[in-house]
Amino acid sequence: MEILPFLLAISVVFFFGAILFFFWNVNNGQYDDLDSPAHKILYDDDEDLIPRTKNKTQDIKTDQRKQD
Amino acid sequence: MCCPGCVAVAKTIIDSGLVNYYQHRNIDDQNATNTTRDRSALILDELRLFNTDNIQQEFVTQSPEGLKEATLVIEGITCAACIWLLEKHLKKLKGMTSFTVNMSNHRAQLSWHKEELQLSQILIEIHNIGYQAQPYRADIEEQVLALEQKKAMRRLGVAGVGMMQVTALAIALYFGEASGMQTSTKTWLRWISFIICTPIIFYAAQPFFLAAFRDLKTFHLSMDVPVSIAIGCAYLASGWATLTHSGEIYFDSVSMFTFFLLFGRYLEMQARHRTGRAGNALQNLLPEATTKITKDDSGIDSETLTAVSQLVVGDHILVKPGQTIPTDGVIIQGYSSIDESALTGEYLPKRRNTHEKVIAGTLNVENPLHIEVTHIGAHTKLSAIIRLLERASENKPKLAVLADKIASYFVACVLISAAVVSFIWWQIAPEEAFWITLSVLVVTCPCALSLATPTALTTATGTLRQKGLLITRSHVLENLASATDFVFDKTGTLTQGNLAIEKTLTDFDEKQALEIAAALEAHSEHPISRAFKHFAVNSAESIEVTLGQGIQGRVNALEYRIGKPEFASQLLREPNSISIPRGTGHWLLLCSKQQVIAWFLISDSLRHDSLYCIQSLRNLNINVHMLTGDSSSSVQKIASELTIEKVVSCASPEDKINYINLLQATNAKVVMVGDGINDLPVLAGAQTSIAMGSASDLAKTHADAVLTGGELAVIIQAVALAKKTKTIIKQNIAWAFGYNMLALPIAAFGFIPPYIAAIGMSLSSLIVVTNALRLSKSTEPRKTLAITTNPLLIERY
Repeated sequence: MEILPFLLAISVVFFFGAILFFFWNVNNGQYDDLDSPAHKILYDDDEDLIPRTKNKTQDIKTDQRKQD
Repeated sequence: MCCPGCVAVAKTIIDSGLVNYYQHRNIDDQNATNTTRDRSALILDELRLFNTDNIQQEFVTQSPEGLKEATLVIEGITCAACIWLLEKHLKKLKGMTSFTVNMSNHRAQLSWHKEELQLSQILIEIHNIGYQAQPYRADIEEQVLALEQKKAMRRLGVAGVGMMQVTALAIALYFGEASGMQTSTKTWLRWISFIICTPIIFYAAQPFFLAAFRDLKTFHLSMDVPVSIAIGCAYLASGWATLTHSGEIYFDSVSMFTFFLLFGRYLEMQARHRTGRAGNALQNLLPEATTKITKDDSGIDSETLTAVSQLVVGDHILVKPGQTIPTDGVIIQGYSSIDESALTGEYLPKRRNTHEKVIAGTLNVENPLHIEVTHIGAHTKLSAIIRLLERASENKPKLAVLADKIASYFVACVLISAAVVSFIWWQIAPEEAFWITLSVLVVTCPCALSLATPTALTTATGTLRQKGLLITRSHVLENLASATDFVFDKTGTLTQGNLAIEKTLTDFDEKQALEIAAALEAHSEHPISRAFKHFAVNSAESIEVTLGQGIQGRVNALEYRIGKPEFASQLLREPNSISIPRGTGHWLLLCSKQQVIAWFLISDSLRHDSLYCIQSLRNLNINVHMLTGDSSSSVQKIASELTIEKVVSCASPEDKINYINLLQATNAKVVMVGDGINDLPVLAGAQTSIAMGSASDLAKTHADAVLTGGELAVIIQAVALAKKTKTIIKQNIAWAFGYNMLALPIAAFGFIPPYIAAIGMSLSSLIVVTNALRLSKSTEPRKTLAITTNPLLIERY
């Protein structure tokens, strides 16, 4: 258990490190927009990257979606 | 379709292969509140003005590589899908290098190549998919708000991270107590807690201490005082305990308490900032550029485009139909109708001739006008209204908040009893005195008491926000619960704010009659013609528009007239044979040379839930008043349809304030609901004010709450929830107070060791928070309400 005091001291260093990192984040505007990033992950902007396989079921699906 | 934009958007979406849009919508369908004025063709011309350099210099920065950068404020964004659409669509433009939209403040940051793309093109594209963009310049107030927001965020972060650390250490200490931890380890853990807690007290909790200090200087005991005493005393006592290896430490309670309070305040501040785009609100109402007329040496008029800010008194300007008049002035040439509804609430445009005055911020409807500038900037009538508003908000009656009232008694009580207890124990056993006094202070810690109100308010505010009422000032819920009088504005609040055909009388096919009328009206910019817009199929020829009277034209080779009965009937062989149908409102006659074809009753239609809202308010024994700047006969009609007895028509902004002040002087608790620029001062002056979601930014900023969806029925739900909130606050306060009063004597006799006092305090806070969370349960389904209660109204409107 001799290691414990040492680890606790390190945790304090980490605490202040985390605070500094957080301050840097806030000042850089990372928290200015809290709403849209949550949705951005859902945007399908990688369609060009997906290799196209001629698959019948997939075609039917996209057709249905267009009709919707 | 959730917004006017969506209607226009659907086509663009499918054309550009962006069908995924509908997967990303994160709010339900809503009825489009179509009050934004549609003047598409003219707005395009106006947008082109933004290409001129002297206008761009104010908000566009240029980089050496030929890139231009700007920030735009975009109106009409309702959900994440709007952001997606805007970004997708505009990044496709050739020459656009970046385009990102911030969903919280609706601002777009963009940069583009100046050779490949014009700013107007960008603005037109934004307009085409249904949004409105305005250049944005941060002013000082805005920068201060942003700083404040960041500071609050940093404080919350320090408190949050610190709280987790300290609590983890506290758990170690509690278990250590049970399993016989070494004293040296225990001391070390305490020291670490002490170190981590210190920034929480001196940085995160700073606002409480500052506020408490300010309140004490003015001899006013607010909730900040007991909060500061609790935080300060517990921290100092724990620090003392750490230094002297004695007693108990409360670093975990202190940090958690600070974090919860900061979190509540942070949420409240965010709600306030959400509507607080105050900086640019005034400029948004006024056009950026205008056409200036200058005579050169040979006396020939030449037109130049000038920024409004560069105009001086005496300049001559040209205002085309569809444009907003930029300054106060006198008409020197031409005559036209001016839409003053934003300033006066009158729903029909007023006719203005040469030598008559016009006011900045109003809309020129029919003919081009030459205007001599008489007042600019701060001297215009619009600015005068804004000054009136500032004065009104200063004089706003302050209602004492319940918790603050209790707090002042409570603080006095606690301090006196703690002093008495410590004095008595000093006499009996001096070595016990400090710890017993401390447990008295901890037991009576106003944590639960000070959490009682904010937690309930935060929960209720969150619930109402989901329903469509955004509360931006904390006193709203308390005032809604005790409101005795509701005052409504007419145009745009109880009514839709745009004209619609209410009734058609014809001996022929109704559809055909409407189509003929629409063909004629398609050539007019008058607000009346917008009512016919959906029916337009054919086009008319050889149109003649007679100002303020009507239109004559040829549809399918037949001559028709539409307009005021006196005007249209001139086309008939026997002009005097017509009789105007009964029913108040604005009757339009459509006739050919042979016969009368149809009568149209035009009026500003009611919102579908107005009647429901007013009746429900009356059932709650609340008086309903209607204040309006409109002087036409439609005021009486709407008043009788909604069964409102207390009506004041033709009221200026000053009259409205006076009316509210008189009401407030008779101890009435007034809630004002309004939307227009003319309502601004009264919104600021009323004890509680609610602005419609379609109101100008300025009105929203100065209102205490905003009806984001424009549904009046939400007000009824808000009143009900406010009453429930008040009950819960009372329960919470009663519990917190009762617990403290019970525990005080026990602690004073020295029966409670400080650590039990700390546990009791936490439990008591937990009960209060759980009780408050009951408010988040939605009591009724949100959307079916207006429809189920009012099937008749839906049919009629």
